[in-house]
Amino acid sequence: MADITLKINGMEVTAPAGSTILEAARLAHIRIPTLCYLKEINEIGACRICVVEVKGARTLVTACVYPVSNGMEVWTNTPRVLAARKETLKLLLSDHDKECLSCVRSGHCELQALCQEYGVDDAHEFDGIMNKFELDTSAPHMVRDNNKCILCRRCVAACEKFQSIGVIGANNRGFKTNIGCAYDMPLGDTACVDCGQCIAVCPTGALYEKDDTDAVFAAIADPQKTVFVQTAPAVRAALGEEFGFEIGTPVEGKMAAALRRLGFDGVYDTNFGADLTILEEAHEFLERVKNGGKLPLITSCSPGWVKFCEHYFPDMTENLSSCKSPHQMQGAVMKSYLAEKKGLDPKDIVTVSVMPCTAKKFEHIRDDQDATGYPDVDIVITTRELARMIRRAGLDFANLPDEKFDDPMGEYSGGAVIFGATGGVMEAALRTAVYWLTNDDVNTPVDFTEVRGNKGIKEATYEVAGIKVRVAVASGLANARELLTKVQKGEAQYEFIEIMACPGGCINGGGQPRVSAEVRNFTDYRAKRASALYGLDKDAPIRKSHQNESLKKLYAEYLGEIGGEKAHHLLHTTYVKRGLYK
Amino acid sequence: MASEKASSGVAFKGTPEQKEQLLAVIAEKKDEPGALMPILQAAQGIYGYLPIEVQTIIAEEMDVPLEKVYGISTFYAQFSLYPKGENQISVCLGTACYVKGSGQVLERIEKELNIATGQCTGDGKFSLDACRCVGACGLAPVMIVNGDVYGRMTPDQVPGILAKYK
Repeated sequence: MADITLKINGMEVTAPAGSTILEAARLAHIRIPTLCYLKEINEIGACRICVVEVKGARTLVTACVYPVSNGMEVWTNTPRVLAARKETLKLLLSDHDKECLSCVRSGHCELQALCQEYGVDDAHEFDGIMNKFELDTSAPHMVRDNNKCILCRRCVAACEKFQSIGVIGANNRGFKTNIGCAYDMPLGDTACVDCGQCIAVCPTGALYEKDDTDAVFAAIADPQKTVFVQTAPAVRAALGEEFGFEIGTPVEGKMAAALRRLGFDGVYDTNFGADLTILEEAHEFLERVKNGGKLPLITSCSPGWVKFCEHYFPDMTENLSSCKSPHQMQGAVMKSYLAEKKGLDPKDIVTVSVMPCTAKKFEHIRDDQDATGYPDVDIVITTRELARMIRRAGLDFANLPDEKFDDPMGEYSGGAVIFGATGGVMEAALRTAVYWLTNDDVNTPVDFTEVRGNKGIKEATYEVAGIKVRVAVASGLANARELLTKVQKGEAQYEFIEIMACPGGCINGGGQPRVSAEVRNFTDYRAKRASALYGLDKDAPIRKSHQNESLKKLYAEYLGEIGGEKAHHLLHTTYVKRGLYK
Repeated sequence: MASEKASSGVAFKGTPEQKEQLLAVIAEKKDEPGALMPILQAAQGIYGYLPIEVQTIIAEEMDVPLEKVYGISTFYAQFSLYPKGENQISVCLGTACYVKGSGQVLERIEKELNIATGQCTGDGKFSLDACRCVGACGLAPVMIVNGDVYGRMTPDQVPGILAKYK
């Protein structure tokens, strides 16, 4: 289709046919504010912040959904437009809890930013009756405070479109409209999988993770306790955003330095646990292939995905790898092997995991995640909470030196660090499985680029030592549902599947720094974060999990055989079949 | 504040025949666009109201989340989540009754029965609705129980009248 030529603010602009006014303006470097709009998943023109004047139109129109046409004349910043936006903001504030001083979102709230931008000088102009909602704290990972909800429905769209779950929606109508669950059930009673994508897209402080930072500070201050921390691969790819770094800047060294300065007694890397997972999982895969076990084998690193499988595909829980997720494995090893090495009683050890993930707040309290008789992981905090701790402790993050993780759980292969991006676990597992099948580390491939990238579903077939391995990778649970439905119907066959709950994998996890809609809609931030991890992989001294020397030592000194009895006791877990309703 | 509509607390007494009827309606309309609305209307016709048991059947048969069904059922005033009680109370909020104080009468009934307008008591004895002019303005304010009309009501008369039906 031919391009469209129109005028915006008197300047000629050319935009591809089918563009909206919002997109055309963007091409002309004119920013139109949005609140409810999320590209592709929430294009509903509801909040009316993006209104503009169009010549000949009777009323102001919503730029986010209004298509451009030839000869159109648009004004984005007339007094009429600016006044309408300001009025809309004041009306939103009339039923909004304005306790900004104590709001977790203050300072990076999209509503607050717009109020400042549009000079909202009286937040109480339309004061009147307000809705009063109770906080929903029933879910293990998050809080819903509808008193701060502006009914933009971004969370609803994320739950339904990204994840094909839809446990939240708009209930009632008019002034009484609220976002909630069927029959006003608490979220914790629904088939929510704790992925936190709703939190990630919320423009205000209505949705937030349960904050466990105080528990971490208290553990560190307790002289009886030895506190070990570990950080997931994806955290280093995004933490910098909280401190002014460009999206996609890896901050591994500064993060290790910050953790040490926060007072942790051991600063470890979940990448070690990721390498450990690969050894156990690749072993499990080859065992299942050789012994006619249940195939396809599906990865179990993503607790949002695991819970999704239990709720929505209960017939496939036998396909899940019995491997615990990397940080749970590592927690179990910290309370056994590391405790022994350091002469500590596991009861005096507190293990803290920094995760890009809110579902990990549920995972660590699941059954069968306490191999030593104590929880493998005591406290899970998200990337956002770590940033909060760093700020509270007064650390000048940007100027910290680059430091290393502690031994012995600081060493990692390139295969481990890419766990944080969709396809990474598959690629790392293939690197090791291929080596085991060929016994050749020199002439076998390291890069399996077919499983990389942001596509929702990826497929590839590999032929190794006479064994054909058909693999598939899905991220985002709507994609997972599509893929698994095909497998169930027999329309597609695979031996090995990787699934991550969040679109793009852990780099886009529900616990990562929030990315405003403005950036989300126009930047491929997932690819930028992923590239930080693939960069670390490329430069890593070793690329394959089985080459990790500290890991070899762990098996030699403590665990014994890969997939052996001790490894099974410490590193593997079980699943349950859940219904859709409680 | 919870939503105005929520679970009724009245035990569900659906019969296999009713379920069969509902499944037939769903099977017939399933593939039409926007089928949820007519299916909900039919379901209310069959059961008289839309409790969680009924909406769950609809959600599962239509392969949509329960919340999607519930959201629609709470958006439209024509849908009720509460059954009608053994005794159906109606209070007129038409202009004449309202200016004569039927609002206070309604409030008193809500208090006595501990339910909101539109709801049904947990034991299924009473359901309460507000209506517009019943054409008995000369008797304002008016309440009706099972077709019995009570005129010139005051809030204090409410307990005595309710007692007759308990």
